[in-house]
Amino acid sequence: MTNLLFLIIVGVFVAAAAGYLGSFMVVKRMSLVGDALTHVALPGMAIALTLGISPVLGALIFLTLAIIAVWYLQEHSEVYPEALVGVIFTASLALGVLITPEPDLLEALFGNIERINITEGTIAIVISLLIVVVTRLISKKMILGIISEELAKSGGILISKLNLIYLLLVGVVVALGVKFVGTLLMGALVIVPAVSAKNIARSLKDYYLFSILFGILSAAVGVTVAATFHITPGPAVVLTGISIFIITYLVRNSAKAPC
Amino acid sequence: MLDKKVLLSVSNLKVRFDQHVILDNISFDVKDDETLAVIGPNGAGKSVLFKALLGLVPFEGEIKWQQGLKIGYVPQKLFIPKDLPLTTLEFLKLKERSEKEIYRALSQVGFRENKPHKGHLKEHVLKSKLGVLSGGEVQRVLIAFALLGHPDVLLFDEPTSGVDISAEETIYSLLHELQEKENLTIILISHELQIVFKYATNVICLNKEKVCFGPPKQVLDKESLEKLYGGDVSLYPHQH
Repeated sequence: MTNLLFLIIVGVFVAAAAGYLGSFMVVKRMSLVGDALTHVALPGMAIALTLGISPVLGALIFLTLAIIAVWYLQEHSEVYPEALVGVIFTASLALGVLITPEPDLLEALFGNIERINITEGTIAIVISLLIVVVTRLISKKMILGIISEELAKSGGILISKLNLIYLLLVGVVVALGVKFVGTLLMGALVIVPAVSAKNIARSLKDYYLFSILFGILSAAVGVTVAATFHITPGPAVVLTGISIFIITYLVRNSAKAPC
Repeated sequence: MLDKKVLLSVSNLKVRFDQHVILDNISFDVKDDETLAVIGPNGAGKSVLFKALLGLVPFEGEIKWQQGLKIGYVPQKLFIPKDLPLTTLEFLKLKERSEKEIYRALSQVGFRENKPHKGHLKEHVLKSKLGVLSGGEVQRVLIAFALLGHPDVLLFDEPTSGVDISAEETIYSLLHELQEKENLTIILISHELQIVFKYATNVICLNKEKVCFGPPKQVLDKESLEKLYGGDVSLYPHQH
């Protein structure tokens, strides 16, 4: 088994990147689409396992294909085909469950950090850092595009290209995270920290910082608790995130009350 | 090449979405330092004209801008969710890093430091979420946003609602002041004929097609307004 501290560090980096990316997903009102999207990793992992290649790679390929499809629908249809996206991604989850070899199913669905070796972990750290850097570079343009597509376009921002880059980054972070929390719960690692951050943030800067911080906290506390009590880390990480959400929700409401 | 004085030349512009023709056979020129008002009934294609001018929608015909021109755009409305954690300062910083420039643009639209009282601008405008500002404040912030980067031309899509009359009055006097001080050419969509008579050099009346074009006092007579709006034009304030 890999050193627990190393696993926590890997988790912290992946969760930080996921939290940062998630902050845009939430204000783009794409939370559910983003969550459904993560399920596409499952059939990809299943096929990779059957072929004996890295499940992370399988997940990445399937996610990339699904992302290009979502992006294409977003760009080319008048009404956002949310229902269709829901149907397709749930179908891929069902299909994935059917074709994933039984011994690997639980791991694919809920993750298994003990299978992460030093090389994989190091690669995950480096890629997570890259994701944070690229996201930072596109963040201003992303926000302007979210507030007003016209304002962004009139300023020469290529919204469509930007959206594709963003979604591909989400795909990469999901592929990195599936080993930690599994395909079923990965969506939570992207969305929940940002939703919690939005509860208490008064500025964009705070919002980003809290999203990253809550991601990091969820991973660090979740993995530690899981190791201490010998439970599956995936649910522990996500439940830690949910606890943070509840706390921030209460803080927000108590702050509002005197008004 | 355009004549140096002509900043924008539009000829035979046609815009359609699917099979619907939104704008047809539109031609006009805008010269340096002019204020052009675009008027017309709801659905006449005024905002679509702006989008075509900005290159946001596909069109047929020709839209020629003077080369190297910087265009500032003030959209009619922003749909900012109240819960979006974006402060006014952060919004302006999406376009301009320098706070000095931001303060300059803000003062151009009438936000002054320490007015109406000390710290008001900083505490109640810049640090506030953009989503909680009043309609008039948002409008002025949007103009400030457009003014960042020193544009040569300002495209201003007037809000139909959400800005009270007194705030609107200031916005137009501001625009007028800006035009004189900064040599700004302004193209504005207006719903107020009063404003058009007061500030516009030229007016273009749109109802899918160009109904009239020229100085407001010459072209805005009862006949062309009836043709434009159909029926009772006494509803319009210029007749008071």
